[in-house]
Amino acid sequence: MSKKKMIKITDISKNTDKLASVANEDLMPLPADFEEKEWDKIPESTSEKYACILDDLNILQIPKPLTKEDEEDLVNKFIDGMRKLFSKEDNWTFLTILETTMEHCAKCNTCSESCHLFEASGENEMYRPNYRTEVFRRIYKKYIKEEPFAKWRSGDIDLNWRTVVRLGELAYRCNICRRCAQTCPIGADNALVAREIRKIFSQEMGISTPELHEKGSMYQLKIGSSTQMNQIVVKDNVEFIDEDFSDETGYQFETPWDVEGADILLIHNAGEIMAWPENIAAFSIIFQAAGISWTLSSDLAAYDSINYGVFYDDVQFARTAILQAQAAQKLGVKKIMLGECGHAHKALTVIADRVLPEPLKIPRESCFPLLRDIVMSGKIKFDPERNNFPVTLHDPCNITRLMGIIKPQREIVEKLCPQFREMHPHGPFNYCCGGGSGYAIMTRNNIPEWRFKIAGRKKLEQILNAFSDCRGPETKKYVCAPCSNCKGQMRDMFERYELLEKEQLTYSGLVELIVNAMVDVKPGFIKWEEDY
Amino acid sequence: MSTSIYLITYLSIIIFMAVIVKRIIHYVSNPLHVRWELYPVAHEGERASYGGGYLEEVDWWEKEREFSLIGELKVMIPEILLLKAVWEHNRSLWFVTYPFHLGLYLIVAFLGLLVFGAIAQLSGFSLSEGGPLLKAVAALTNLVGPIAFILSVIGSAGLIYKRITDPGLRNYTTFEHFFNLGLFILTIGTAILTWLFTDPTFAVSRTFIAGLISFKMTPINSSVFLLQALLAAFTLAYIPTTHMSHFFMKYFLYHDIRWGDEPNINSPETDKKIGVVLNYPVTWSAPHIAGHGKETWAEVATFNPTAEPEKVKEEVHEQKEDD
Ligand code: SF4
Ligand code: SF4
Repeated sequence: MSKKKMIKITDISKNTDKLASVANEDLMPLPADFEEKEWDKIPESTSEKYACILDDLNILQIPKPLTKEDEEDLVNKFIDGMRKLFSKEDNWTFLTILETTMEHCAKCNTCSESCHLFEASGENEMYRPNYRTEVFRRIYKKYIKEEPFAKWRSGDIDLNWRTVVRLGELAYRCNICRRCAQTCPIGADNALVAREIRKIFSQEMGISTPELHEKGSMYQLKIGSSTQMNQIVVKDNVEFIDEDFSDETGYQFETPWDVEGADILLIHNAGEIMAWPENIAAFSIIFQAAGISWTLSSDLAAYDSINYGVFYDDVQFARTAILQAQAAQKLGVKKIMLGECGHAHKALTVIADRVLPEPLKIPRESCFPLLRDIVMSGKIKFDPERNNFPVTLHDPCNITRLMGIIKPQREIVEKLCPQFREMHPHGPFNYCCGGGSGYAIMTRNNIPEWRFKIAGRKKLEQILNAFSDCRGPETKKYVCAPCSNCKGQMRDMFERYELLEKEQLTYSGLVELIVNAMVDVKPGFIKWEEDY
Repeated sequence: MSTSIYLITYLSIIIFMAVIVKRIIHYVSNPLHVRWELYPVAHEGERASYGGGYLEEVDWWEKEREFSLIGELKVMIPEILLLKAVWEHNRSLWFVTYPFHLGLYLIVAFLGLLVFGAIAQLSGFSLSEGGPLLKAVAALTNLVGPIAFILSVIGSAGLIYKRITDPGLRNYTTFEHFFNLGLFILTIGTAILTWLFTDPTFAVSRTFIAGLISFKMTPINSSVFLLQALLAAFTLAYIPTTHMSHFFMKYFLYHDIRWGDEPNINSPETDKKIGVVLNYPVTWSAPHIAGHGKETWAEVATFNPTAEPEKVKEEVHEQKEDD
């Protein structure tokens, strides 16, 4: 039954079991009938330890306060962190952008309709982009800025432990896709507020999600990759990929490692090596066939482009970016190139641009422009007939909306895929896959349910609509999703809704489409399940 | 009485300017922020039409960058004059917020016309008996003023209505919204009364402005007009202290943040700023940041808190030997 009710800003502080719940009846309808089950209960092992008072799931593991002192401690630490967030020394990175959002939002809700979570949840107030910002803004005006008449001017808020816990969790109910920021007439940025709240928890309170922190950025700093592959294992695995795919494709290739003075240091998301080895192979085949001077690096953090700090922690972000730049400096390459990973693109190319000091300023670029140039150059022979199945293109937010790389990937699919069709909207106005800002790697408890039911719902609708002329299991279809996180989200979502069986729908990257069309490679590089 | 209104008006103009300058100084004196641009970036020339940018090129740092002022104007003008984003994404609000904003723009135009007329008057010209230009200014003032007043009052009332009746908006509406809109209705409503009953050709308004410009503070004998001037002075000083300061801060939000895609290439100035911020102290308390004796951003960012890489290296070395 619909549990929709108007949630007031001040409800966040109330002594209730939870703030909100999204019922199946309220979900945005899809252009196909998919059965949705009720939310799985949060396991007791989780709800006993962590404060689960926002909705039907738990993402940020905030220890449950057991005593009055614990409760006060939570509030005091949060306020300490918030003060630092508004200090130029501790938050030089984002202070200006945060302050302007605090001061100039007109509270007009123009950003609401742009948010796929708000829409997918049946406009549940909790998901309105401005909801968490408004709570945060009221705390800022009342407790940090101590603005005279804050209560009347900006609205009142009671800052208790429930407010803190719910606000922390709410920061993890946003994909930080910045679609809302794009529609704001003023230029305010609700996505940034979600990220800044995550920073308070991580940088001050030492609370973050295990997937992003302990098993994410910390593994990368410790072992070299969040996949836990050290440099020996990663090289072994890639060697195995080289052998395996040389046999399979009939195209002999070898992935170069640690080549000093190469033109390009390519950094893959190491998750590809484990989950989508064909992506690694495809890059190596294309670069070898095009005669590119390139290398991978086996240095700490430099064979894994991920930088989860970009989702929750500036310090972890800077540490990772510096290690990656240092590896490039050591090899003396001309530039760093990012493989098919959206957040890694943005992290190292754009955000690190004002973090890396002079000696580490090695130019950084996306792989797509070079791939486009290779495909257009005539150096490699293609047969587009091999890609003659319906293909649509997913635009990873980080690469398109946040970096303006729109055309290169389109020029490639337009040339190599006779049945290419766009999703709507697309390019910089795309919708997030639902896995953005860290969720794609989260499989804890009922988080996947949320990823499919709410976060990925709009993308699923877009995909199904893009193939409205060829629905059903008779026609093989392909979603080109050139980003590891987006692929992770699609893999899990397609499995949940049995889209391979019901729709012959598969997903993979851009380089796979290129290699699939290469005349020098045996046909059938891209596989639908039954081909394996 | 009218002298004190003149003095209050001077004071309000000073406060208005001072608050604007203070906000701008605060903004520009903040430290360097990281890049956080959002596409489409309007100055990207041709590419802006589909939301692309310079990162679409191989070796983009060696290429000539496009900067299209026309492109920026093509976005800014419809945004400012027509409130395009609200039209596209929040149509029902547009129908009330647009008259409000258009009314305010026209009030600015109206004030411009009054200032022009006042200067002409001070220079010895008579608006009613002057040449065609002066006559046109007088006629335009008479036309623009009432339209501006009526639109902004309708818009303000409409916004109040919307904020009360739309449950989504109601949730985000505070006392300040009602106060601000009420203040506009009161101030502009008084201006409408003045126009209707005391100053139908805005001659008194022009005399007042001439008195302000010339510092002669010519006495005004209309108490309705003086009340209107008092309210206008208060509103003028008050606007930049509120979120309505977006009318000028929007420049920075768009140009420095949303479209701030300037890469750090051959920019000693940016390198210098990076040097400054990397030397800022870090006081974040989480265990992966604090407690390692690292104090500045440069130290913290180049420190590996896992303290294990060395051990991993050893393990790798041993593993290699085993192999
Ligand atoms: S963020 Fe922008 S669009 Fe959203 S409520 Fe604030 S001013 Fe309006
Ligand atoms: S960033 Fe994306 S997910 Fe988050 S509130 Fe904005 S539109 Fe919604």
